[in-house]
Amino acid sequence: MIGTVLVANRGEIARRVMRICREMGIGTVAVYSGADADAPHVREADSAVRLPGDAPADSYLRGDAIVAAALAAGADAVHPGYGFLSENAEFAAAVLAAGLVWIGPPPRVVAAMGSKTRAKRLMAQAGVPVLDGTGAAAPLLVKASAGGGGRGMRIVRELADLEAQLAAARAEAQAAFGDGEVFVEPYVEDGRHVEVQILADVHGTVWTLGTRDCSVQRRHQKVIEETPAPGLRDLTERQLLEYADAAARAVGYVGAGTVEFLVGADGSAYFLEMNTRLQVEHPVTELVTGLDLVREQIRIAEGRRLPERPPVPHGHAVEARLYAEDPAHEWRPGTGVLHRFALPAGPGLRVDSGVADGSVIGVHYDAMLAKVAAYADTREEALRLLAYALRRAVLHGPVTNRDLLVRVLGDPRFVAGGVPTSYLEGLPPAPAPDGGALRLAALAAALADAAGRHPAGGWRNVPSQPQVKRFRAADGGEYEARYRLTRDGLAADDHPRVALVSSAPDRVVLDVGGVRREFAVARYGEAVFVDSAAGAVALTAVPRFPPPVGRTAPGSLLAPMPGTVVRVAGVAVGDRVTAGQPLLWLEAMKMEHRVTAPADGTLTALHAEPGWQVEVGAVLAVVSAAAAESAQA
Amino acid sequence: MTGTQGAQGIDGADGTQGTQDVDSADRTDGTGAGERRRAVLERLAELAAEHERAIAGGGPKYVRRHRERGKLLARERIELLVDEDSPFLELSALAAWGSDYPVGASMVTGIGVIEGTECVITANDPTVRGGASNPWTLRKALRANEIARVNRLPLVSLVESGGADLPSQKEIFIPGGALFRDLTRLSAEGVPTVAVVFGNSTAGGAYIPGMSDHVIMVEGRSKVFLGGPPLVRMATGEESDDESLGGADMHARVSGLADYFAADEQDALRTARRVVARLSWRKAGPAPRACPAPPRYDEDGLLDIVPADLREPFDPREVIVRIADDSQFDEFKPLYGPSLVTGWAQVHGYPVGVLANAQGVLFSAESQKAAQFIQLANQRDIPLLFLHNTTGYMVGREYEQGGIIKHGAMMINAVANSRVPHISLLLGASYGAGHYGMCGRAFDPRFLFAWPTAKSAVMGAAQLAGVLSIVARQSAAARGLPYDEEADGALRAAVEAQIEAESLPLFLSGRLYDDGVIDPRDTRTVLGICLSAVHSAPVEGARGGFGVFRM
Repeated sequence: MIGTVLVANRGEIARRVMRICREMGIGTVAVYSGADADAPHVREADSAVRLPGDAPADSYLRGDAIVAAALAAGADAVHPGYGFLSENAEFAAAVLAAGLVWIGPPPRVVAAMGSKTRAKRLMAQAGVPVLDGTGAAAPLLVKASAGGGGRGMRIVRELADLEAQLAAARAEAQAAFGDGEVFVEPYVEDGRHVEVQILADVHGTVWTLGTRDCSVQRRHQKVIEETPAPGLRDLTERQLLEYADAAARAVGYVGAGTVEFLVGADGSAYFLEMNTRLQVEHPVTELVTGLDLVREQIRIAEGRRLPERPPVPHGHAVEARLYAEDPAHEWRPGTGVLHRFALPAGPGLRVDSGVADGSVIGVHYDAMLAKVAAYADTREEALRLLAYALRRAVLHGPVTNRDLLVRVLGDPRFVAGGVPTSYLEGLPPAPAPDGGALRLAALAAALADAAGRHPAGGWRNVPSQPQVKRFRAADGGEYEARYRLTRDGLAADDHPRVALVSSAPDRVVLDVGGVRREFAVARYGEAVFVDSAAGAVALTAVPRFPPPVGRTAPGSLLAPMPGTVVRVAGVAVGDRVTAGQPLLWLEAMKMEHRVTAPADGTLTALHAEPGWQVEVGAVLAVVSAAAAESAQA
Repeated sequence: MTGTQGAQGIDGADGTQGTQDVDSADRTDGTGAGERRRAVLERLAELAAEHERAIAGGGPKYVRRHRERGKLLARERIELLVDEDSPFLELSALAAWGSDYPVGASMVTGIGVIEGTECVITANDPTVRGGASNPWTLRKALRANEIARVNRLPLVSLVESGGADLPSQKEIFIPGGALFRDLTRLSAEGVPTVAVVFGNSTAGGAYIPGMSDHVIMVEGRSKVFLGGPPLVRMATGEESDDESLGGADMHARVSGLADYFAADEQDALRTARRVVARLSWRKAGPAPRACPAPPRYDEDGLLDIVPADLREPFDPREVIVRIADDSQFDEFKPLYGPSLVTGWAQVHGYPVGVLANAQGVLFSAESQKAAQFIQLANQRDIPLLFLHNTTGYMVGREYEQGGIIKHGAMMINAVANSRVPHISLLLGASYGAGHYGMCGRAFDPRFLFAWPTAKSAVMGAAQLAGVLSIVARQSAAARGLPYDEEADGALRAAVEAQIEAESLPLFLSGRLYDDGVIDPRDTRTVLGICLSAVHSAPVEGARGGFGVFRM
């Protein structure tokens, strides 16, 4: 019986493991880095132990510190979550050696599956088809044996390039994983990523819990996952489950794990790798089976027996990973304060998040804000529900991939099912934003701002012009709201059919051509978020006045006061000088004054030597500006 | 309550405060309401057209030329200067109406909020003859200065003026010195003055920045000197240029006349806002009550009250319930001198004492009641609001013998020596000494506005023409001459037309006899802004200090 679990992780997975611990009557211990001191997973744990640093290497990857934390806090088991140390056999062994329960497969299994080359050999022996690179024709895929998350992976289209690519991949793998082993396998064009969830107890029962399709990926990172994998032939599906079962039995698997396959356009399946841990995307399986996989992991770790047959999955579940990243700019991670984070709740919706209102999204960790999953009887309905939840999500903070997710969920190619892993690369660029919607959002933002400023709403007895507020949209386009609020109501330029129903600093109701539309408006400094049924719009308020410009001060080459020249910089007449470059120093009234070049240009005269006494206004130097006009001094 | 017309006083339901709910008679289906509304709306349209003329400034050609120089219009400068979405009360918008000079008098003045501070703002309109000052510009500027001084409102001048309109110098030069006198006196009294110089401010105009506490100049635009290059050459033979004589750069670095050197107009306005923010200005008067309830009656009804024919009286309580907080009005002496309504109310959280003519004529009782009420307001430091609809003090043997002069004098004595802020609003008639007793222009109300329905003169046009006719007839009779009835008719008609025209709000506003003609529906907002402005200065009534009350 486990009494207290230390969760060796952070973010949503730490919260999710602790939630089920509470439901099972098990105490919880969190570990945290300096950067996570105020994170929700720390607040929600019964007790928490600070790890040494901020960076993962100093904190969540410090196995020794985590084992010590477990012992110090009185935990009797460790759950690794996913990522970090979850597939580190040495850590698993260290946990066991400390007399603690390891909620995961035995270290030897973890080690065996940790090397992709070794794993492939084992699987081939067990009769699971693998991609064999020896003697294969291009295209080929070079992979790091110790790799993960797509790092060190490269496609070789010409055999002539192979040696060079292998060398490069080895170097990259050595640098990234401390293991330079790489291998080659045929590259399957238009392949899909399909995986099978397995659950195995110590008594020899192995469950396969259906297929998951995770083909929507960016840079080999999964973005949208669903179960069951759509549009698989019966035969393929049956084979996948059989191979997964065989794989699990071949290595004597215990606990929750995932066998990943590459499925070609012809339906042929090849073993890719086995993940000896809980997957990020496990909630979709839980939604269709009604199981809680973490609960099962704990029960298995306690030596309990799985029922003979797994539950029969029902319906369809799809999950989207909501990242603080900008798909339009190379998936650049967004950082900053997540002021508000709220998603619609309701039957069929599940949100696993590691953040809360006010969380700071930093640079140290993965930028995933939450996993949002929807469940329904059919795939179509689940996709609709998920798209709705994402559209209505209130996300006030760094830029996210929300719009991309919504776009994919509505893309006919994706809706048809069975897209390959290259799908996102081929997704057409985001359509131009709807100018009308943005203009309306800008107007709502302006009216909310006005409502917060003055009850008289820009009243004029002699009206001559509208109030003007400008906002910049995410694409850089500027939208100007020009409006007057009179006793006859709203008069807004370019919005002849819009009337104001009510306005408050956080809520504006407009009548748009006879249709009542409500806009929730939130402002954090210059950042303005307008959420409505039509979608979420992030705007930046353009300051009323351009920021004050710094001006170089012509004339600073005059002696500012009487004094003595102390030093002259190593410059001579004819030298090029740049604006702000110090030319000489004067001492006066016990203070040293610096005389700097007023502009970029050429030093054309220098009337100063150390020790010279100068009067106020004396010409010390002349810089002729680059643009031929002389800054006479 | 008796003696009131169309309105009843009913004790408030709670009764504890002794406040009264004043019911408004429903005038929308009453006789003549539609007619009244039609007449007012017609005059409002006329007013809007005149405001449009003022806004148009020097006309499209000069506006275009001004913009092509990359400059903002006077009202655009003001819009950028004041806080976003804050109200701006323009003053004397119709100055110079009916004169030889363009409506608006090449200047915009008003009360606006800058960084949360209420200020008087003046801005030359350079599209009108280069912003040159004519006699009306001078009067408009002096009125703005006066408002700044008596209410202790910081004064921000947006300067760009070619100086005096030389052909009319005789009417400007000598009195014009008051502009500079005012600036330095404001400064001496601790009322901050800020000058932002956008262009020319030369010769006498140079003293506007010269006399201001804070001066902002715009790079390459400001031109501030006593004498320009031609004058300097004439005077001393020295060759010079605008920039070295009075450029912003020179004034910021050499003469020190400019405190702030702005890159452009926007930068200058941004700087002006920072300067005002750093004044840390605190209003000296008491703050208003928080969260005042709006009137229970719709402001729109204010268009249905004043009859087109002012001989027909109307009940001023109909106005009061549409401008007072929660429509609450506690009448003082309702049964005594009922032709003048007096009482206490609150507007936008500020307490006010209201004096409003109910029957036009002021009798002895009304005069005494007013004198008493004004003294009470002074003892309590409560501002007074005068709602005019008076034909003057009653004449006739009975009234003269009853001492109407003594009693009228008591009222005028009280009004003239009262020290609490006064605000006058001309709703309808404001004739004769009644205009004085109700705090007419000469009695220095802090603000005086007129509805488009107002008329003001020594007496009604018809009466005045009639009086002239009677006097002429008597004169003829005395000399034993026959009286030319035909000529009399023509004279009467001509005099009546002239006096009528000169009694109208546009005409009076053009002569700066009020601070503006307002839409009746804006009354509460205008009063709110004015009351807030007067509370920038201490609100202290006279304790004693009245003239001898002739009993």
